[in-house]
Amino acid sequence: MNAAYLIPALPLAGFVLLVLFGRKLADPLAGWVATLAIGSSFVATAVTFAYLLGRDAEHRAVTKSMFTWLSVGGFQVKASLLVDPLSITMCLFVTGVGTLIHLYSIGYMHGDPRYSRFFVYLNLFAFSMLMLVLGDNLLITFLGWEGVGACSYFLISFWFERESAAVAGKKAFVTNRVGDFGFLIATFLTFGAFGSLTYHEFLPKAGTASHTTLVAIALLLFLGACGKSAQIPLYVWLPDAMEGPTPVSALIHAATMVTAGVYLMARMSPLLHFTPHVLDLVAWIGAITALFAATIACAQDDIKKVLAYSTISQLGYMFLAVGSGAYVAAVFHMVTHAFFKALLFLGAGAVIHGLHDEQDMKRMGALRKYMPVTAATFIIGWLAISGFPGLAGFWSKDDILAAAWGHSKALWVIGAVTAGLTAYYMTRQVALVFFGQPRWKEARPEHHGAADKAELTTPEPVAEHTADAGEHHPVEPHEAPPLMLIPLVVLAVGALFGGLLNLPFGTWAFLERWLHPVLGGVAPEIHVAGSTKIGIGAVVTVLALIAIVIGFSIWSRRPENPALEPLVLKKAWGVDALYSFLFGTGGAFVAAESAAVDKQVIDGAVNGTGSLVRLAGREGRRLQTGYVRNYALGIAGGVVVILGYVAVRAGG
Amino acid sequence: MMLAAETSAVAFPLLTTIVLLPIAVAAVVLVIPRSRPEIVKLVGFLGAVATGLLTIVALVEFKVHDNGFQFVSHHSWISDFGISWKLGVDGISLFLVVLTGVLFPLALVGPKFHGDAKSWVGWMLVLEAGCLGSFLALDLFLFFLFFELTLVPMYFIIAGWGYENRVYASLKFFLYTLFGSAFMLVGMLALVFLSTKGGHHITFDLETLADRQALAATTARWVFLAFAIGFAVKVPLFPVHTWLPDAHTEAPTAGSVILAGVLLKLGTYGLLRFGVYLFPKAAADLAPLLLTLAVIGITYGALVATVQRDLKRLVAYSSVAHLGFIVLGTFALTTQGLSGGIVQMVNHGLTTGALFFLVGMIYERRHTRQIAELNGLQKTMPFLGLTFLVVMLASVGLPGLNGFVGEFLILLGTFVTRRWYAVVATTGVILAAVYLLWAYQRVFHGEPSEENRHLPDMTWREKAIMLPLVGLMVFLGVYPRPVLDRINPSVERLVQHVENHSTFQQPGVAARGSQAP
Repeated sequence: MNAAYLIPALPLAGFVLLVLFGRKLADPLAGWVATLAIGSSFVATAVTFAYLLGRDAEHRAVTKSMFTWLSVGGFQVKASLLVDPLSITMCLFVTGVGTLIHLYSIGYMHGDPRYSRFFVYLNLFAFSMLMLVLGDNLLITFLGWEGVGACSYFLISFWFERESAAVAGKKAFVTNRVGDFGFLIATFLTFGAFGSLTYHEFLPKAGTASHTTLVAIALLLFLGACGKSAQIPLYVWLPDAMEGPTPVSALIHAATMVTAGVYLMARMSPLLHFTPHVLDLVAWIGAITALFAATIACAQDDIKKVLAYSTISQLGYMFLAVGSGAYVAAVFHMVTHAFFKALLFLGAGAVIHGLHDEQDMKRMGALRKYMPVTAATFIIGWLAISGFPGLAGFWSKDDILAAAWGHSKALWVIGAVTAGLTAYYMTRQVALVFFGQPRWKEARPEHHGAADKAELTTPEPVAEHTADAGEHHPVEPHEAPPLMLIPLVVLAVGALFGGLLNLPFGTWAFLERWLHPVLGGVAPEIHVAGSTKIGIGAVVTVLALIAIVIGFSIWSRRPENPALEPLVLKKAWGVDALYSFLFGTGGAFVAAESAAVDKQVIDGAVNGTGSLVRLAGREGRRLQTGYVRNYALGIAGGVVVILGYVAVRAGG
Repeated sequence: MMLAAETSAVAFPLLTTIVLLPIAVAAVVLVIPRSRPEIVKLVGFLGAVATGLLTIVALVEFKVHDNGFQFVSHHSWISDFGISWKLGVDGISLFLVVLTGVLFPLALVGPKFHGDAKSWVGWMLVLEAGCLGSFLALDLFLFFLFFELTLVPMYFIIAGWGYENRVYASLKFFLYTLFGSAFMLVGMLALVFLSTKGGHHITFDLETLADRQALAATTARWVFLAFAIGFAVKVPLFPVHTWLPDAHTEAPTAGSVILAGVLLKLGTYGLLRFGVYLFPKAAADLAPLLLTLAVIGITYGALVATVQRDLKRLVAYSSVAHLGFIVLGTFALTTQGLSGGIVQMVNHGLTTGALFFLVGMIYERRHTRQIAELNGLQKTMPFLGLTFLVVMLASVGLPGLNGFVGEFLILLGTFVTRRWYAVVATTGVILAAVYLLWAYQRVFHGEPSEENRHLPDMTWREKAIMLPLVGLMVFLGVYPRPVLDRINPSVERLVQHVENHSTFQQPGVAARGSQAP
């Protein structure tokens, strides 16, 4: 069982090792060290998982304490790990998908001048993410929460020479801080109400606190979740985060970190149980985010931006599940999404790599002939996310929509429409990239599209690798090296068969049973009859298939359909422009005014007093000599007078 | 407790040595010929190192669960007025003493300076003695002497070795602080004389006065306010903070490091030791006033920092915000708030000290502090860029680094008694990320322009200076327990003192023993 310590310790060791010797190990050895670190962490997780499986369902929660982190008065926080079915499920896919992405990065980052630095950050990220999910109290979770945020910042602005990457990194961190504000206050409230931040201490007695307190805690934690998991209104950082290297987008901004908010909600489920209205809000925010992001994804030209909005949309589904009380469905979708979205991102990376840093889908086409493995695996990912019957996404999305149906029909309609849109925009992407006519031979046009001025869309599909930036020689696209293809194939297997984890047929529902000790019992039973479930599942599936057919017939023939790419969607409904005005221009105004007040009013008063004294001095027979000792003398004299007065009064 | 104090005083006058050693070394420096600056520097450095080691000895020998003053040295001085040479250290002052001991040697060898080594080293050592004396003095008169003693060397350091606007800045610093001191002196004498009422003998002894609580409630409030004004200028608290950006910006690097790292703590330490301890009821009654000023300082300091064009001035304004947090925790009057405040004093000394070192290194290379003229430095100087990054994240309060421990405890401790103050103050956590990350982006990210392309990275000497600071940031962030365990007993005693003498009671969850361990 002590293998549990190794789960976070191994990536930490990899991080320390690479900080010290990374430069000497260099390319590619540093990458292998990092991959080994997280790979062995996966093994440790698997061992722990097997151990838990061997125990009774009631005894599958084990706390492993290390040391007391903070201890002040009645406030005690231990650095402890909570090993239970939920945290181990998270660890399994974090380390599993993480290992594959590390492996992929060895090839992808080859030749980068800061190669070893990249793996330093990647290992630190893995450590932080594992602390986040393994922490046995809110504060250790917050440690991981902030750690992954910092790593995200480092990695988004990894190619910091590029202004846009630097800005995007900062934007991600600051936006997340708004969410962290909620997390922190929720922590204070929790401590105030229960005197503890440890999950197994305060969650069981969640019902004892006042309803107002519980609602406040739930709302504030959800604010934190909205930041980390890119939900309305704090989603704006995620599309920009695509400035980071593609493996980062796959690992942090698709498969793992962005699911942390969903994890937090699942972890707090015993408390959320007492705040049904907050759950309603969670469901609605999730559903609206899912739909909203899906519409934007329909009109993006950048291969990664489509996937970024798609991720926001899919995370919306997970919150819809949480809000409907279907925590297991949320976790299930989190796992299947990790498979197929990581696959899609890594596939996109292979395409970008093969086309020498081209990211504009309008300049791709027919690539299936040149990159057969990438194309085949990408197609599996596409079908999985679109909800094609039998694939991973089909099962998990089906669970969520069934739960939504049971919760509110309106939510289900939004979810179903989103499912159709998802199938449509992913089909558009596949058609533009892998089918149709090859367009990468044409000369680069002066400018493409009118939307490029918006902050959101990349002004120019810039070279990802700064190393060979600026060189766009028209070369034949080529397939990625084997090191990058292996992860694609493994993830494709996950995207194909991930649904097996939780098939809705009695004993086949492994996740349902496995997570029951943590998530069961608190969630309200969802009353959806079997026949209804099949019916609504069929409707959604037919919707998705129609969307695929329509999408394919349009986008494989013509790459330009202005009617289907309205400017408002290209500009992401103008939200970024609005935020930029409110917080950029508005914030700058407030700050500048404060500085002006400081200089003119407050310091002005001080200097004014000084001038007044000086004037009085000049008038009063030039006592003012400008020497400090004279000033001091004057003040000392004044003090003596006051002293004398006080002394007399005191004596009297 | 008294017994332990007596024996240690007999054994070896550790604290007296700590205070007098820098002065003795300064005297030695005085007789070294001006033509041998290298000897002057070496002697000065060794003197500061020896003093630093003695503070470490105090740390090691410090009894963890003792909540009173330790290593007390007590000698009657002017007995007619009840003035004595009395030094002692408890959990509240211990780490400030160690911080002083650590920062001074680094500041002495760290940045290059120009001009007369002899007076430079001399003033620095006198300044160190003044700071240590202030943290250790248990006699009001003695404290006031040391407190004022810090003023003179700092004035000369800014005026003698500062930048363009040094004359204005040093004068402003001097007069401003003296103005505050005048209030404090009046308050102090009022307290001492009024405490003789009822046949008590006159005394300047801190503990005796604190135990006596002889002042009427209204009088105590006025006297507390006089002290508070004196310390508020030193902290500095909004709205008496405007000397700080000028002094910080114009001071030489070492001066800024000491000013931010140590001198500002005299203000926050004073509020704690001479405000809360001497006037528990007045402090509890007037807490909303100080909390309000603290919260304004946190948000307003951060906003003003955002738009600064000078990197050093930006760091200076960030101090206004950080010190606001410390005052907030202090006047929350809970165990967590007070302990967090003390931890944060140490944290601020380390992180802001480190930031000033780093800004100094940039200035030495580029001869500008204007953010607009700097860019792409992470590419030019990767090591300096990464060091700055770590220090910045510590300053922003990233968990795992020191800043978080202090900030979190302060906010938690405030929240349980003064909910809305804590909520507003927590926005400071967002704002800190805004101004520091934005500055980092402009200075370190991007493609370096021609002037910024060929700067040498950190030297070994510079790395050696940053190493202990960054090491402590990580250590205190991951394992603050040894520090907290030493601070807590004294803080709990202080909270108890406040509870005994006022109607204030800290909430049950905050107190020890409120729950099963």
